[in-house]
Amino acid sequence: MTTLMAILIGCLYAASIYMMLRRSMVKLLIGLILLSNAANLLIFTVAGLERGVPPLIAQGAETITGPTADPLAQALILTAIVIAFGVLAFAVVLLHRAYEVIKTDDMNEMKGTD
Amino acid sequence: MLYVVLSLFVLACLAPLLHRYTGRHSGSLLALVPATLFSFFAAQLALVSQGEVLSQRWLWFPGMDIHLSFLLDGLSLLFALLITGIGTFILLYANRYLEGHPALGRFFLFLLTFMGAMLGLVLADNLITLFVFWELTTVSSFMLIGFNHENAESRQKAHQGLMVTVIGGLALMTGFIMLGFAAGSYELSDILQQDLTGHALYLPMLVLILLGAFTKSAQTPFHFWLPNAMAAPTPVSAYLHSATMVKAGIYLLARLQPTLGDSAAWMLTLSAIGAITMLTGIFLASRATGIKKVLAYSTVMALGTLTMLLGLGTEKAALAAVTFLLAHALYKGALFMIAGILDHEAGIKDFQHASGLRHKMPKTCAVAVIAALSLAGVIPLFGFVAKELLLEAVLSGSHWQIALIIATVLANIFVVLVAALLAIKPWFGEEIATPKKAHDPGIAMLSGPMVLASLSLVLGLFPFIADKWLLQAAASAVYGNQITDYLALWHGVNLPLLLSLTSLCFGLLLYSQWPRWRQFTSGVDRLSAFGPEALYTKMMAGLVIFAGWQTKVLQNGYLRNYLLTTIATMLLLVGWAMLRLEHFNITFDLHDVKIQEATVFLILLVTILSAVLVKSFLAAVALLGALGFAVALIYVFFSAIDVGITQVLVETITVLLLVLVLYRLPEFRKLSSNMNRARDAVIAISSGILITLLVLLVTNARDMEGISSFFIANSVPEGYGRNIVNVILVDFRALDTLGEIFVLALVAIGIYAMVHLRTGSKPVTNADKRLASELKRMNTTQGDKK
Repeated sequence: MTTLMAILIGCLYAASIYMMLRRSMVKLLIGLILLSNAANLLIFTVAGLERGVPPLIAQGAETITGPTADPLAQALILTAIVIAFGVLAFAVVLLHRAYEVIKTDDMNEMKGTD
Repeated sequence: MLYVVLSLFVLACLAPLLHRYTGRHSGSLLALVPATLFSFFAAQLALVSQGEVLSQRWLWFPGMDIHLSFLLDGLSLLFALLITGIGTFILLYANRYLEGHPALGRFFLFLLTFMGAMLGLVLADNLITLFVFWELTTVSSFMLIGFNHENAESRQKAHQGLMVTVIGGLALMTGFIMLGFAAGSYELSDILQQDLTGHALYLPMLVLILLGAFTKSAQTPFHFWLPNAMAAPTPVSAYLHSATMVKAGIYLLARLQPTLGDSAAWMLTLSAIGAITMLTGIFLASRATGIKKVLAYSTVMALGTLTMLLGLGTEKAALAAVTFLLAHALYKGALFMIAGILDHEAGIKDFQHASGLRHKMPKTCAVAVIAALSLAGVIPLFGFVAKELLLEAVLSGSHWQIALIIATVLANIFVVLVAALLAIKPWFGEEIATPKKAHDPGIAMLSGPMVLASLSLVLGLFPFIADKWLLQAAASAVYGNQITDYLALWHGVNLPLLLSLTSLCFGLLLYSQWPRWRQFTSGVDRLSAFGPEALYTKMMAGLVIFAGWQTKVLQNGYLRNYLLTTIATMLLLVGWAMLRLEHFNITFDLHDVKIQEATVFLILLVTILSAVLVKSFLAAVALLGALGFAVALIYVFFSAIDVGITQVLVETITVLLLVLVLYRLPEFRKLSSNMNRARDAVIAISSGILITLLVLLVTNARDMEGISSFFIANSVPEGYGRNIVNVILVDFRALDTLGEIFVLALVAIGIYAMVHLRTGSKPVTNADKRLASELKRMNTTQGDKK
């Protein structure tokens, strides 16, 4: 399954990079969403894939013996998902505002500093 | 000694305040401090002349072997005495010279900082401490040279001096680090015990250190900054040239000679560069007509001579070097101050406009003549003693004897010419009118040159005073061993004396032909278009053009170009590193794929591809939603239930947000050319392949235990929770979660600001409308008139 995941992540990265390189700012936004998904899956896969053993400790037990999914990677991804949403929300509003002010969605016309 | 150095910096900071309250006496009051320091150092003479080395150390960065450590031996003491002694007179002198200048307080601040830095430099025992002081002298001299900062030329000269010495300083720092590394210690007292000429790093470190010393000491081809540094007020020039700044490079060379000096590379470089500098300096001095300019070029000559002497490496040369240094400081300090007096009291900056001033300025004239005679090396002045030793040292040198002796004698002939110019031209002959009414200055200005010139005379008559108390110890520090030579005024009739007399005669002969000599060599002026200064100017201009070009290329303002550069760089670097891997261990393993996983995988592939290709924005948003939910499924398949739930929630809000906000945005447009699309596609696909390979590589290469086992083991005992992911988020890594909350709060504030605070489109007020119509009316009436 790792092989399939690796291919999937590669496709996500390729798609996100392609979208971010476009001149339309809406496409840039879509690229951003794809990128955060790709990064999360990358962390998830690299930490190791385990089926059906969530990192939960049974009632009465002190700890988990035997294999379990990596809880640290999951904690990281949880944080990352929320932060990515924050960034996305900000970017959406920023682009929307920029479009209102300069009346264009072409990134080529957004190269001034002021 | 730390307190000695610090006292000057503290005083420097107080100087402007002091100046405000004490007015015209501030300089005299401030001069008390260097005078006190001078007596402090003079009190150490007895000990140091016995060969004692005083050292003190305060820990600064003990972990990095950097200390505020100081060392006082003969060489440091010689410099410290010059710095404080001449510094005292410079302060007195400057107080009168710049009297009434609005920024005099600031001037004292810079001057005292400079003095403190210079003192720290010659006393420092730690290489890094030394370097810090070294750079401090550079910075404070920049301030001093550019003191008249309203003058564009002055600014430019200060900048030039700064650039040249800073570039050298950079090289020096690298050299010092190498030196410290090679010696295993940054303490000079340890380093000087070793001979590093055989070390593998010897050559690079020598080149770098020499570069630093040569730029500081204005050796050819870096000599051009020194005469330009005369943009500074004259007291500064006098100080820079006689006792400080440029002597820092010489000090460094002298200091490191025991460790680095015993090699052909050192000896040949130093004597060659020294001799060339000596000749260049004195030749340019013989052509100049500005008094300060002549003095500045003759300083270049003196610096060359000192470097050459240090390159000889013999006992005699060491003694000659310190003697020459002292003699030069004495007469050069005096002469520069006299040049300032001529400018200040008679308005004369150029030899050609001065003649017959001896009646109006008798005292100044007497002092000038004595100092100039010492420069010429006429018996019985101290300059004579130094010159005899110089000739002896060159004659007994180990290499290039003939060439060096010819160069030295040639230089001496011109020195005599320069000395004659200084001693005769302004003072004797027919009296001509001066721009200002000429008169002798007051004691404050004259005391410095008087004391320095009389010292030249006293030490010349009784050289053993300087010898026994100071120069023996100084020369021993340079030579590395106790020396047995001694100074004497009269060595009997010998070859050096004959050479000395010859140069005296030729020099005077040349003096009588001076105008003709200048005319004869006027062709040289044209050469200066190819000189090092022109090269420097071109280099600086080139640097500016390059910086502009580079900024335009890199900072072009297109977001996607930045992205493209970043991604392409990553591609190349990571790809290259991957290609160099020895074990390229990748396995394609598909046998454990479950049917539901394969289905989700296919769905994802299709959504990704269509999200990229669809032309409608709403369709893309829908596809993104599908993609997010499919990803959530993957999390659930592989035991990440919490992550899956969060993903579903966030994905729902994201789709809502996009639909709510972005339906006001335009539809997709095709903006890029096909060519660009193809280029981006290639880059994107190669990055994708690279990432895929990386993932496969990394998942096969886990050879270390992760840190998760800690969380698994301690979740219940320490965190009292059974959902380990939760315990990590709210307990073990709670601070991270707090940070996350902050980020979200910031985002919320930012969004609120963007939505509700519309500063961009201010509503037009009535006042604005009135103003606009008023302007319009004015324009039309003007148009009508035309």
